[in-house]
Amino acid sequence: MSRTFVGMPDFPTAAAEATRDPQLRHNLREATHTIRDKRDSAVGELDDWAQLRAAGKAIKDRTLRHLDVYLEQLESAITAAGGTVHWAADADEANDIVTRLVRDTGEREVVKVKSMATQEIELNNALERAGINAYETDLAELIVQLGDDLPSHILVPAIHRNRAEIREIFLRTMAEWGVPAPENLSDHPEALAEAARVHLRRRFLDTKVAISGANFAVADTGTLVVLESEGNGRMCLTLPETLISVVGIEKIVPSWSDLDVFLQLLPRSSTGERMNPYTSTWTGPAEGDGPRNFHVVLLDNGRTDTLADEVGRQALRCIRCSACLNICPVYERTGGHAYGSVYPGPIGAILNPQLHGTSGPVDASLPYASSLCGACYEVCPVAIDIPEVLVHLREQVVSGSGHAMEKATMGAAGWLLNDGRRLGLAQRALGAARSMIPRRAPGPAAAWTDTRDLPEIPERSFRRWWRDRANGGEGGQP
Amino acid sequence: MTGSRERILGRVRAALADVPRDERPDDVAVPRDYASAHTGDPIPTLVDRLEDYKAIVHRVATGELAEAIAETARRRSLARIVVPPDLPTEWTAATSASVVRDDGLAVDQLDAMDGVVTGCAVAVAETGTIVLDTGAAQGRRAISLIPDVHLCVVRADQVVNGVPEAVAQLDPHQPLTWISGPSATSDIELDRVEGVHGPRILEVLLTGE
Ligand code: SF4
Repeated sequence: MSRTFVGMPDFPTAAAEATRDPQLRHNLREATHTIRDKRDSAVGELDDWAQLRAAGKAIKDRTLRHLDVYLEQLESAITAAGGTVHWAADADEANDIVTRLVRDTGEREVVKVKSMATQEIELNNALERAGINAYETDLAELIVQLGDDLPSHILVPAIHRNRAEIREIFLRTMAEWGVPAPENLSDHPEALAEAARVHLRRRFLDTKVAISGANFAVADTGTLVVLESEGNGRMCLTLPETLISVVGIEKIVPSWSDLDVFLQLLPRSSTGERMNPYTSTWTGPAEGDGPRNFHVVLLDNGRTDTLADEVGRQALRCIRCSACLNICPVYERTGGHAYGSVYPGPIGAILNPQLHGTSGPVDASLPYASSLCGACYEVCPVAIDIPEVLVHLREQVVSGSGHAMEKATMGAAGWLLNDGRRLGLAQRALGAARSMIPRRAPGPAAAWTDTRDLPEIPERSFRRWWRDRANGGEGGQP
Repeated sequence: MTGSRERILGRVRAALADVPRDERPDDVAVPRDYASAHTGDPIPTLVDRLEDYKAIVHRVATGELAEAIAETARRRSLARIVVPPDLPTEWTAATSASVVRDDGLAVDQLDAMDGVVTGCAVAVAETGTIVLDTGAAQGRRAISLIPDVHLCVVRADQVVNGVPEAVAQLDPHQPLTWISGPSATSDIELDRVEGVHGPRILEVLLTGE
């Protein structure tokens, strides 16, 4: 049984621990800075980025405000194309449906394409309990699975591991899962990727059932879309006989032509490429090509609760690009595990409390896991105002609080004000985003803003400050 | 499970109580003032972007395609090449490699192939992307996935400038594969490595300029 986030310590405890791990901090800093620079240059190439971002936001808002219409439209389009649609109200129901579908094939093994939704519902553990082995095929997911580890980033789940650690995991564990790593394996990324290729090759060619997610589900055509890099997605989507796709109900876009916006926004924001190496789209099973049986599981699991909150609803626009993680000064120092969920970073800080409610200590502390600097909003390709939602959620947490809640939330605030500050966290670097945050939050959250060190509006923008700082200029003060 | 369908749709409707009853989806305005393309010079842009993502590009004069394919196969030491059933026979007329037409080969037979030759449906200049739609001269998806070397013939009149033009031309009811360079990963320290599970080598033969 692989590890789960259940029982993780609350954010301040986990964060304090993570910031004491120099290897982790080094890995994270290297990785987030690399990808951040790539994203900046890919986005900088398009002079209409602001227009694309506005269109992306509006398309998602249209979808969310009429989600019932689009869900029914998607269902009938997929059905008309020869697929079967299942509805899952929560994680247990989704796991039961997928388990039953796999059992019906008589197979005991499945290959998986990286999918946040199946991580969220902990599908692999459910399948294992039913005697079905699920093999992750994305390189980073494979590293996490083999290392009996937890994902710490949306796009690069093993971002906290460096090459030497990955080599060690491959050497130690590949043999018990299948084809072993070569004894003389080096820690060059090329050699590690080659080891993964050899390890998974036979699996791809032989396995009869695949499980995927989807980046987008097109309501008017019933088309699913998966963006990937390695070709493991193409393998899983093409070679098996049965394909089961688990799709959050917010993944819908109304029409095929909307992809012209998202196929520009997502790759550039995510991997910082003009286009990711492979994108697959399919509309039902195709005659003589690819899986003959195709199932879609539409997953709610807290999304309708999120939808019901008029301020928090915008979190459902998220296309999981991870740009907000890569830019976040808190994420860079704490890593993803501190967020106690498969959704870490700024998006996790607003999504998890809404999906799960704020009754648990981890989720209650997350709205405080931010300095409200606003960089996440600036880079978000669908303009989710994360600081706005954080302030809104703080208000909810405080109004619902017992003593335990207070401890957790004030702990997080304390972490930011103490450890965070010691680490040079951008406590006062609010930049242009400053103007969007109320000076005094309404209601009970006022307690937070009242005691907070309220900054003057800085002359330099946060991003500018950050760049200067990265270039060795004086940081610390905006 | 119909129970959950009704439950979820009911929850969605309840969650959207703030949306005016008479609001239609199209009433939510979507600004479409983004550009349809960011280049007006598609061929050089395509070549530049393909090369940037480590694809190898040959600009081939019309009438020299067969020789170019033969030369590429020779250089890559491709002994066995799979092709879609409707690939023009003249494309592979000059190669000394053994050419196998796909008539529903098993995956293991495909795995024994050194390379594949296909055409494409559309190419997107500014992202360096080639789109296969399983239509003319492309075959089913598996044949351009399993062999390690993909030779793809792109005609100049198939090249569009930007993503929106490609989306508009393509038929969503065909399974589509958008290919931008060879397979790659950045999962280890964000260091890009070309060549994982998909073809490790992509050579593009650009004709008809
Ligand atoms: S919130 Fe925005 S920036 Fe963050 S992952 Fe989602 S889409 Fe990307």
